[in-house]
Amino acid sequence: MTGARRGSFREAGARRRLLGLLDPGSFSELLGPAERVTSPHLAALDLPVAFDDGVVVGAGRLDGRPVLAASQEGRFLGGAVGEVHGAKLTGLLRRARAERPAAVLLLLDTGGVRLQEANAGIVAVSEVMRAVLDARAEGIPVLALVGGAWGCFGGMGIVARCCDAVVMSEEARLGISGPDVIESTRGVEELDASDRAMVWRTWGGKHRVLLGEADRLVEDSPGAFREAAIGLLGRGRPISLAALEAEQAWLARRLEQLGGVADAAEAWRAAGVAEPEALPLLEPAAWGAAVAGARRERP
Amino acid sequence: MSVDELLTALFPAGHAVRREGGLLIGTGRAAGGEVAVLGLCDGVDVGVELALRLAREVLAVVRDHPARPILTLVDSQGQRMSKRDEILGLNGYLGHLAACVELARRSGHRILALVHGQAASGSFLALGMMADEIHAVDGAVLSVMNLPAMSKVTKIPLARLEALSRGSPVLAPGLENYVRLGCVASVWRAPLAAELERALARAPQPDRRDAGPQGAPGGPGASRSRAPDAPVPSAA
Repeated sequence: MTGARRGSFREAGARRRLLGLLDPGSFSELLGPAERVTSPHLAALDLPVAFDDGVVVGAGRLDGRPVLAASQEGRFLGGAVGEVHGAKLTGLLRRARAERPAAVLLLLDTGGVRLQEANAGIVAVSEVMRAVLDARAEGIPVLALVGGAWGCFGGMGIVARCCDAVVMSEEARLGISGPDVIESTRGVEELDASDRAMVWRTWGGKHRVLLGEADRLVEDSPGAFREAAIGLLGRGRPISLAALEAEQAWLARRLEQLGGVADAAEAWRAAGVAEPEALPLLEPAAWGAAVAGARRERP
Repeated sequence: MSVDELLTALFPAGHAVRREGGLLIGTGRAAGGEVAVLGLCDGVDVGVELALRLAREVLAVVRDHPARPILTLVDSQGQRMSKRDEILGLNGYLGHLAACVELARRSGHRILALVHGQAASGSFLALGMMADEIHAVDGAVLSVMNLPAMSKVTKIPLARLEALSRGSPVLAPGLENYVRLGCVASVWRAPLAAELERALARAPQPDRRDAGPQGAPGGPGASRSRAPDAPVPSAA
């Protein structure tokens, strides 16, 4: 394993994550920082811009197969999607329909819509959503890899689940309304965002994989994300009536079985985990064994 | 305009749309035949149950009524924000709903969205914005965040945001801004039935909402001007 594959995926920047994930020397960036494609809306607000608008897009190889890939930079405005940022993602997904790579990899690290570009941000997220579904409908697998410090929230949490599959580290978080948003909207009685253990139980990788909302739980390293992504190549989910009816039934069963729970740990017990309180401490391999009978994999 | 008045105005020949809380489900009679109606009213927030119910109805139309046009009516403040909805994976339910709408489009259904109240965040993304075309009645309110809240978040004085909003459609809530951004195709005015018939009669167009000014498939960055007649100011 090369050095780029080791270390923390979470702590790495957007480019380093990509370099650790793809075959060595294979990545070539499109619209890189030298092109200075920046946000006109941030500039209008006299806010700092980034020369890549917070997302790296390009082409590379994964296990020898051509892929297109995007990586969001959580350190720039929380990876939030502005108009240029979103257009880079949408453009990459459209390019995939012409080039037909083995997959499009989306390394998501984002709070969702960039509030400083409010309306343009939500329109951009909707374009990304339709572009993901368009690519999938034309047979290009799209994989979401969620392992950054921001997790994946807001409209981009929906985008992740528009993909064929989702890979998460246990430290990553995935949802739509984050803890701070819920507490500030509904009050601390609804949710105490300072309760870190509860936040982790609710949005963390282990809970998402147990539900089936994510497909693979991996260690926090580029190498582990790489292995999971390679394993998912060619395992797309068709957008067909039969497939979506199966998913409909699967989601309905979750509400029947888990609809009454008030905490994620209750959901783990209700799903059949014998000792739910032990789950947070287990390494992914041991965790996998402990939840083997309780996981509800997405059809 | 009440929901009953809206439905009567859209379908003067009659409709069988029923209300279940904030959900609207049924069919309306248009010149070319039945239109499937599914939608939201009263500004309802969409949680896991409602998202799943909407998806079920979309799949039922695809399965049982090939090629029947679908009209989604949007009046929703967004996704339901609760601990329970997050525990159950609301983003997954909304992603599934969006995929069902995509399936309907790919199966040959014409899909129109009409915003008749509020439209915002998760429910707008998963339902309204997935349509072929989005229209709105006059007075509809489309938003991400109001300017006072944005001022708090961005620490930019409110007066400055208000001044910038006079030249840019990006910041402030408002129907006209979403028209200028190319998100809302048109504002429907009375008689609404005529607007609906015109939209149904139009052949579905390729999705050009993310295209550049010449209508060319958008390379990255191309969406900064969405239509020749409605450029987004690149800087104030």
